[in-house]
Amino acid sequence: MSEHASSPEITFHPDHSGGTKQIWKTFWLLSALTIVELILGLLIYNIHKGENPNHTLVLAFKGMVCILTLAKAYYIVSIFMHLGDEVRNLIMTIIVPLCLFIWFIAAFLWDGDSWKNLRNRYNRTEVKIEKVAPAAKEHGAKD
Amino acid sequence: MSTAAVQQGTKWWSGGKSPFNASYGKVMMWYFLMSDAFTFGAFLISYGTIRFSVNDWADPNQVFNSFPFAGHANLPLAFVSLMTFILIASSVTMVLAVHEGHNMNRKGVEKYMILTIIGGIAFLSCQAWEWTHLLTGEHVALLNDGTLSVLPTTVKTNPWGAAVSHEAVAAALQNTPQTQLAAIAASLHHGTEVHNVAAMSNAELIKFIESADLHASQTGPIAFGGYFFGITGFHGFHVFSGVIINIIMYIKTKLGHFDQRGHYEMIEKAGLYWHFVDLVWVFVFLCFYLI
Repeated sequence: MSEHASSPEITFHPDHSGGTKQIWKTFWLLSALTIVELILGLLIYNIHKGENPNHTLVLAFKGMVCILTLAKAYYIVSIFMHLGDEVRNLIMTIIVPLCLFIWFIAAFLWDGDSWKNLRNRYNRTEVKIEKVAPAAKEHGAKD
Repeated sequence: MSTAAVQQGTKWWSGGKSPFNASYGKVMMWYFLMSDAFTFGAFLISYGTIRFSVNDWADPNQVFNSFPFAGHANLPLAFVSLMTFILIASSVTMVLAVHEGHNMNRKGVEKYMILTIIGGIAFLSCQAWEWTHLLTGEHVALLNDGTLSVLPTTVKTNPWGAAVSHEAVAAALQNTPQTQLAAIAASLHHGTEVHNVAAMSNAELIKFIESADLHASQTGPIAFGGYFFGITGFHGFHVFSGVIINIIMYIKTKLGHFDQRGHYEMIEKAGLYWHFVDLVWVFVFLCFYLI
């Protein structure tokens, strides 16, 4: 019954008669990925709680969580939103513009990091407080 | 995958057929969602930029560690994972509704739309609880003027800075005026013993507070609350409008509009929006709660 004339310019209809097996498979996959993410999140929490947290390890776990999130996004878009069933033309007009995000994320986070470094290098209020006592309040109020 | 079903050499661009093999409405829904993805992306990247530009940021496991009816138990990630699973489950019921729509099964669409609407309302209720908990929460923070005060998490206050040592807390208590001490003391008793804190003297209050093993932190970057409430609020607004759209779709299904039309494509379009809301939550969950 999937043959329906929703729009005359549509050439073919993807076959949707396959049942709900793939949907449930995706549901369990998404749940499993979320549980793995939660486990990694709790690991990060426990590392932070301990003495002398290992920052490289925390960063590695955070990177893994990011990759798992991208995997979840892929399954939601491809299976739940049926983008995988669309023709290549449509897929490309959605995916290609989103590639701008790669540069957005890299450039802006880089910028934020640069601000932090510049601030830490040149905004050392505590040094000024020691040297010029009367001005200390002014500097302190600014931050 | 199913592109294999297309005949070889189909001339997509020669006119008379959609080059995207989709109706106008569906293509436009996809482009709306793409632009919405850029809006959310801009918000999240802006949040990331500010977070990268300061030396310390609130630890999500400290901020989001409570659960309804669990009192003061320390349960990091628990409530937000419940919210995540609610949204994934409602996404599944939505895709099942779309599936029933393909099969022209009105009763099936109705059933799964109801379940999806319930999931959406459950998510919004969870978010309402979490916001209330943060906005009315009481955390003792060391202010810039050297006094201690009880602060909630709002767009103007952030009590989630670095921890303050016990000696510093003891010193700051001596500088704190009576009204602030009374507020701290009132936030410490957990409903079991009610003292008349307003009538107590400074020395009595300090003794009472110190006996309760007070933990305090510095104030954190003020941007935290603005970004958290702004982005989760914008997402929550999407969930809310998604619930409204789904209710309208349910009513239209019930009235038999789609049966008359001969197809359930409106359910597909509403479904695209609903899945997008789930997709955004995956990234909000990542940026605010996990990392």
